[in-house]
Amino acid sequence: MKKNWPLWEVFVRSKNGLEHRHFGSLHAADAEMALENARDVYTRRNEGVSIWVVESKYITASNPADNGELFEPAKDKVYRHPTFYNLPDEVKHM
Amino acid sequence: MSEKEIKNLEQIFEARIERDEKIEPKDWMPEKYRQTHIRQISQHAHSEIVGMLPEGNWITRAPSLRRKAALLAKVQDEAGHGLYLYSACETLGVSREELYEQLHSGKAKYSSIFNYPTITWADIGAIGWLVDGAAIINQVPLCNTSFGPYARAMVRVCKEESFHQRQGFEIMLTLCRGTEEQKAMAQDALNRWWWPSLMMLGPTDAASVHTEQSLKWKLKRKTNDELRQQFIDQTVPQADILGITVPDPDLKWNEETGHYDFGEIDWDEFWQVVKGHGPCNKERMKARVDAWENGAWVRDAAMAYAEKQQSKKVAKAS
Repeated sequence: MKKNWPLWEVFVRSKNGLEHRHFGSLHAADAEMALENARDVYTRRNEGVSIWVVESKYITASNPADNGELFEPAKDKVYRHPTFYNLPDEVKHM
Repeated sequence: MSEKEIKNLEQIFEARIERDEKIEPKDWMPEKYRQTHIRQISQHAHSEIVGMLPEGNWITRAPSLRRKAALLAKVQDEAGHGLYLYSACETLGVSREELYEQLHSGKAKYSSIFNYPTITWADIGAIGWLVDGAAIINQVPLCNTSFGPYARAMVRVCKEESFHQRQGFEIMLTLCRGTEEQKAMAQDALNRWWWPSLMMLGPTDAASVHTEQSLKWKLKRKTNDELRQQFIDQTVPQADILGITVPDPDLKWNEETGHYDFGEIDWDEFWQVVKGHGPCNKERMKARVDAWENGAWVRDAAMAYAEKQQSKKVAKAS
């Protein structure tokens, strides 16, 4: 009976006011150990003030093969951007 | 998938790399790209981990608390670098256990420089100055490599590595400004580490089997010979500052090329060490295999504990 330590993804908030950002991954037996390992592996030089860990198997990722149908529809919707609308130069603060 | 479809995907893939786009783990990639990356990234990870051993030898005997703290931090960084790289490698669909198995069975290689012994304290200085110096020259161009996870790991590694080289040079400088005996110790370390450091940058371009494909995939941005020349050009003036002599009678500045000319490298020695016949190959592998096997019960116990805690939580909730 050999069970390997699962893989965890590590997210670190580098300082308050900023979001947690994906830093990398590591193996650990449980969440507590994953936090402790993340501290040693990813924050040896004051890189963070807060750490999230989540077991990698719980992340659902989009498939790059679907990128066309997922992301291309946004490309031809220029009317979502302010520069699409023509205004006379006299109009200020808009 | 038909052969034609694969050909088409390969063309799209090559064009993306040509445009300097990054490749991410879930993107389609040619099998050869995947295999080459597993080989190179794991070899790099193994080098970090095995590289802890020659230096670990001196942690308890460092000459001062300042030196001990620095060396401990450096060795800990190397563990960290190994872990970043193993993680990057695992995104290509290989497991950590498989990677260790490849190292322990001798199927995977690691940098041959770590098969040399560290017999005096000056060796710790020489390793930081020369071995980390050569590693930095190798690694900086890799921050731009095409495979995203590898490039990101290299950015972190390079940021942390610069202190490694500086602490090594500082050790050498202190010895060179010390007693005659200390300076002789520094010279002796340079004599022993110089040639293996040059070999560390890999076989000559003429003898390197992977260079062309690796350049195309941006897994390599400069050839081994270019990197070696860069290393020599920047290191020789540093030896002059230390006041010690590079052990190469043919070494001299070439006004015309703007580079140092240097003597013949003993490639027979290099291949002997790569094939397992260096001074410490057996010792290094034994240390790694022992650590893995003797640690098995700890890994199993941690897993058993985690499962027990989990089932307690489930029982409480129901």
